[in-house]
Amino acid sequence: MTLLIEGGRIVDTVGQVLRRGDVLVKDGRIAAVGKVDAGDDVRVLPAEGLLVAPGLIDLHTHLREPGFEAKETILTGTRAAIKGGFTCVLAMPNTRPAIDSGAVAAYVARAASDWARVIPVGAVTRGREGRELSPMGELKEAGVLAVSDDGRSVAAAGLMRNAMRYARMLDLLVISHCEDETLSAGGAMNEGYTATRLGLPGIPAAAEEVMVARDIILAGETGCRLHIAHVSTAGSVGPVDNTLNTPLVKLKNRFGPGLPTRVAKLPALVAPAPLNSVKVCPAVKVPFVTMLKTPS
Amino acid sequence: MQGKDLLGLEDMSRAAIEEILDTAGPMREIMHRGIKKVPALRGRTVVTLFYEASTRTRVSFELAAKYLSCDTVGVAAAASSVTKGESLKDTARTLAAMQPDIIVLRHPRPGAAALLAREVPAGVVNAGDGAHEHPTQALLDLFTVREAKGRIEGLKVAIIGDIAHSRVARSDIWGFSRLGARVFLAGPATLMPEAVEETGARVVPLGEALYDADVVIMLRLQLERQQQGLLPDLREYAAMFGLNRERLAMARPDALVMHPGPMNRGLEITPEVADGPRSLVERQVENGVAVRMAVLYLMAGGGAKTHDALD
Repeated sequence: MTLLIEGGRIVDTVGQVLRRGDVLVKDGRIAAVGKVDAGDDVRVLPAEGLLVAPGLIDLHTHLREPGFEAKETILTGTRAAIKGGFTCVLAMPNTRPAIDSGAVAAYVARAASDWARVIPVGAVTRGREGRELSPMGELKEAGVLAVSDDGRSVAAAGLMRNAMRYARMLDLLVISHCEDETLSAGGAMNEGYTATRLGLPGIPAAAEEVMVARDIILAGETGCRLHIAHVSTAGSVGPVDNTLNTPLVKLKNRFGPGLPTRVAKLPALVAPAPLNSVKVCPAVKVPFVTMLKTPS
Repeated sequence: MQGKDLLGLEDMSRAAIEEILDTAGPMREIMHRGIKKVPALRGRTVVTLFYEASTRTRVSFELAAKYLSCDTVGVAAAASSVTKGESLKDTARTLAAMQPDIIVLRHPRPGAAALLAREVPAGVVNAGDGAHEHPTQALLDLFTVREAKGRIEGLKVAIIGDIAHSRVARSDIWGFSRLGARVFLAGPATLMPEAVEETGARVVPLGEALYDADVVIMLRLQLERQQQGLLPDLREYAAMFGLNRERLAMARPDALVMHPGPMNRGLEITPEVADGPRSLVERQVENGVAVRMAVLYLMAGGGAKTHDALD
């Protein structure tokens, strides 16, 4: 079967980022891109005013299966992914049981629907409890490419350092949820006037920033690839950007090419306004949003 | 009053506050009659729903209702069983089905009263929601000060202690500011909430707060603040922030001393000051009943103009 996607704005990962044109798909493969004359026996999909892109990859989803099917399932999550243009999602290990064994990882990978590809993210520690390392070798065998205790930090720096050394051995990416729970403890929203006015316990920006700084230092020292998830404070961005030029990282360049640090901007930044209607954890910080809008 | 509920003073107009204070005067007179009961709210029902321990506030509301001939039902929910919004919603719907006119709610979570108010047709009185607001406490403080000083406008009011965790402090800040007082806050840095000066109150050292103050409101210190790592030591707290006779001497000679209770004698306030001539602590309790009568009357009765039923 031949399909012609006609007149869309094409996002191309190798050439120009955006250009208008057609995409011809033959037998499930891209046959031509640009101005295509496809002939008659073609199903035409008009894409005027639409983006045409390779399937997107979402590095951070919660499919909640097994254990929390009332919130989300692999089926509902992957259908939503496809709806939004994502053909591959990484499923965070906040499940019950956590994805901390080959068996659970294999279950998640196998249960994946026809909708989108699912790559399970393994836990850094057993049960995401921050006490013992998870069997990362077994997890990798089962299809895991990254490990994370998402939802909480690995509080003990020593354990996190060992996790990074071990993950580096296996070439696994470590995804860090940066939150010092002694600073965020009990917090319900950003610290500041609104929290004070409402009588709600606030979370200081430092709760995230001290962990960002710690994990960057550990990543530089161990040579582990680190992805810092949902950065939400301006103070976190500085260390992340600076990392690329720090003596520490230059010193550790023997670990090979490629920068050890990646930063994910908060997904909620593309969520619909107004910001105060967006309930995400960590909460959106308004000065941070402003900063992103005005590149320096 | 505006709307069907009393959730806080932050959004309450000066006129609405003064209407309650003006109504509380005749209510207190009823309390001192031989037969302290008027038929003003006969046939009305008040449910007191308390998810936190309370003696004075609960008794105060129940007596206020009874003095106005309301039928009252008290519900004491175990704090552990209901801390989530869903459960409170279900409780609210169940209660609403029984057609009470007013529900008085005390709950450990900020916003609980607002949530209840959205769910039920009954009027909701916030009797304290976490560290958010405790409007009837502030109203009784205002009533007490206005009676003793003859005015609120222009007074210097010092609120001392654990501002961060205090709903009384927040409601007092709104109430006293709205009526024209200048509010000064003092307390340990670890118990002073972020950006609180955006309320219009000023954060100053203790001495500056007390200097020339007309009103000194001491807050209760929860003893667990020490275990939480917010204070090194209760003794140090008493030494640095407790109100004693020497410190009170910095305030105006006719300064009033208030405390929402229950007091930690010897911690935030010395017995000498608590029981001294400037202390209005017991007056506050008495006025609390009158103010709550006024609130219930204005919410469930015919409005401020029909005072006939009070005779």
